[in-house]
Amino acid sequence: MKRMVLSGNYAAAYAVKAAKPHVVSAYPITPQTTVIEKISEFVEKGELDAKVIRVESEHSAMASVIGAAAVGARVYTATSSQGLLYMYEMCWWAAGARLPIVMGVVTRAIAPPWSIWTDHSDILTLRDSGWIIMFAASAQEVYDMTLQAYRIAEEQCVSLPVAVAWDAFVVSHTYEPVDILDDEEAKDFIRPREEKSLIDFEDPGSLGNLTYPDTYQEMRYDISRAMDNALSIIRDIDEEFGKKFGRKYGGLVEKYLCGDADYIIFLVGAAGGDARVATNILRRQGVKVGICRIRSIKPFPYKEIIDVCSRAKAIAVLDRSSVFGGKGPLAVNIRAALHESGINIPVLEVVGGLGGRDISVEDFLEIFRLVIKGKKGLIWWGLKGGE
Amino acid sequence: MAHKFFPKEEFLLKGHAACPGCGAALVLRHVLKALGARTILVIPASCSSVIAGPFPKSSYSVPVLHIAFAASAAAASGIVEALDKLGEKTFNVVVWAGDGGTADIGIQALSGAAERGHDIIYICYDNEAYMNTGIQKSGLTPYKAWTTTTPRGNPSFKKDMPGIMVSHRIPYVATISPAYPNDIVSKIRKAAKIRGLKYIHAHIPCPPGWRFDSSLTVRIARLAVLSGVWILYEYENGVFRLTGPSRKLVDKSKRKPIGEYLKLQGRFRHLSERDVEELQKLVDERWEAIRKDIMGENA
Repeated sequence: MKRMVLSGNYAAAYAVKAAKPHVVSAYPITPQTTVIEKISEFVEKGELDAKVIRVESEHSAMASVIGAAAVGARVYTATSSQGLLYMYEMCWWAAGARLPIVMGVVTRAIAPPWSIWTDHSDILTLRDSGWIIMFAASAQEVYDMTLQAYRIAEEQCVSLPVAVAWDAFVVSHTYEPVDILDDEEAKDFIRPREEKSLIDFEDPGSLGNLTYPDTYQEMRYDISRAMDNALSIIRDIDEEFGKKFGRKYGGLVEKYLCGDADYIIFLVGAAGGDARVATNILRRQGVKVGICRIRSIKPFPYKEIIDVCSRAKAIAVLDRSSVFGGKGPLAVNIRAALHESGINIPVLEVVGGLGGRDISVEDFLEIFRLVIKGKKGLIWWGLKGGE
Repeated sequence: MAHKFFPKEEFLLKGHAACPGCGAALVLRHVLKALGARTILVIPASCSSVIAGPFPKSSYSVPVLHIAFAASAAAASGIVEALDKLGEKTFNVVVWAGDGGTADIGIQALSGAAERGHDIIYICYDNEAYMNTGIQKSGLTPYKAWTTTTPRGNPSFKKDMPGIMVSHRIPYVATISPAYPNDIVSKIRKAAKIRGLKYIHAHIPCPPGWRFDSSLTVRIARLAVLSGVWILYEYENGVFRLTGPSRKLVDKSKRKPIGEYLKLQGRFRHLSERDVEELQKLVDERWEAIRKDIMGENA
């Protein structure tokens, strides 16, 4: 183990270097660029034996890693916002073709109007595509999660692509101490990909062949089962990583003081840091509050959510993404979990922090105050001029 | 004579789902014979996604990656680079894409792959419209041709796709026709020996799309060449050369008038005499340009 001071993006690049992919393919977009710049630097210095394909679009970035993964290669790509939307068609292709692609997504707001700051609307567009979606909250977690993503994706009973997301600038460009695995440690954790290659000239395969209505649905069901399998794989790999290297995040969710909490905020990503500070302040005042940070958006951790909520009196859910004409992606899933398990507590659905707007400790204190008062329903947080 | 140097082995299997008289099936059959078993096909949305037949069978006895419409050249880039890193040495990666998948929705990925120079044989099988979806106009539909989205005839000109690829300074660009299988096989074999992206453009008569009887495919393909509508040539490292029967057609008197080619096809049925004259003039101008500009003093 070696300690370095890295940005979230560089941490991703170091994790990719440790995973030793054969092909890295990407198109530049702010704030993803430094991930790919760093990887290119590793390759040109001879520190990573991979082929970097400098594609002409994100659509081609995903298409080229699909081609590479289909013939047995380990691959990486990264993008943000518009880039993810531009490659969206190919994202479905990657999942449908059951290819263990790992992609970094530096979450950024979607235009118009132009905005380069964090917002989770982009990554959440993947939620029905068959991608496993993991969300990190610090540079260290970006490193650990990216390495773990290869293990999850390549697990035979999963065989699905994994997106690892982190917040624009707050994580992507913020430098923190990060512990990096030695070559030997990395080798112990991540083995070469067991090839399931399309390319067998003696017994040629055909990937993506036309299907009739009598076969398509079963192939979709297989993806659904693979997602279910991923639940325990994600937990197990987090455990294994923890045992080997001493860092454990709690698997699908990271719970902070949830054990005896009466009031809990559910959220995703780096805002969890400010939320923790708010929690500490209220705890010192004797208010039992906690934070549940969801690390795996797909598969969604229903069991963990129900477990966390079983003792709570009221909760809030922060959706840091556009919610138009319905409920937030996190809120709708958490409400479904509560409903199914017969837990009837007030749920405050908070939509906010869009386009990089800061959600501060003060904001979380205020959200907790509303939760304690039993406020429920959907509110847009911190609107100038009010709702 | 032709069959002397064609392998007997078939890679496009019996029972494939192509229409009777399909020019694409004819060309693909010869392409695969020329390349042999160590060939990977990358096929975007097109008639050939259907010609494969439904899962779990495939009418292509080589590995196939089916891919989204715009994505074939990029997917092929990934395959080539991955196999290189994985230590596979002898194989051909062939993109087999239609005119829409090449000149319209796929042109960006193709341009990128050509500029980067991946070792790919990219074949555009050009049946001059979106045939798989029911004969809609593409960027390679000829001027004035009927399609279901240009019921009065196509008002725009066919893109010079091989010319676009020549401007990418790739090592090899060639045109082929199902009427000349020897020419197909020799060009594909030449392409396979060259490193970099090779672009081959095939003229593909389509009985249902062009509105002619399925027995006429080869005759129409041949007439296209003999009347100079479709020109057989190759650019090797930027050097232009006419091939096959096209070599003799620089002299206008050696070319058949295009009327015979046009009148066999329902898609040109609505043309007036003046329209035919206009199309003839365009063909003649193209040849004059070849004589003057491209052939230079070789003419």
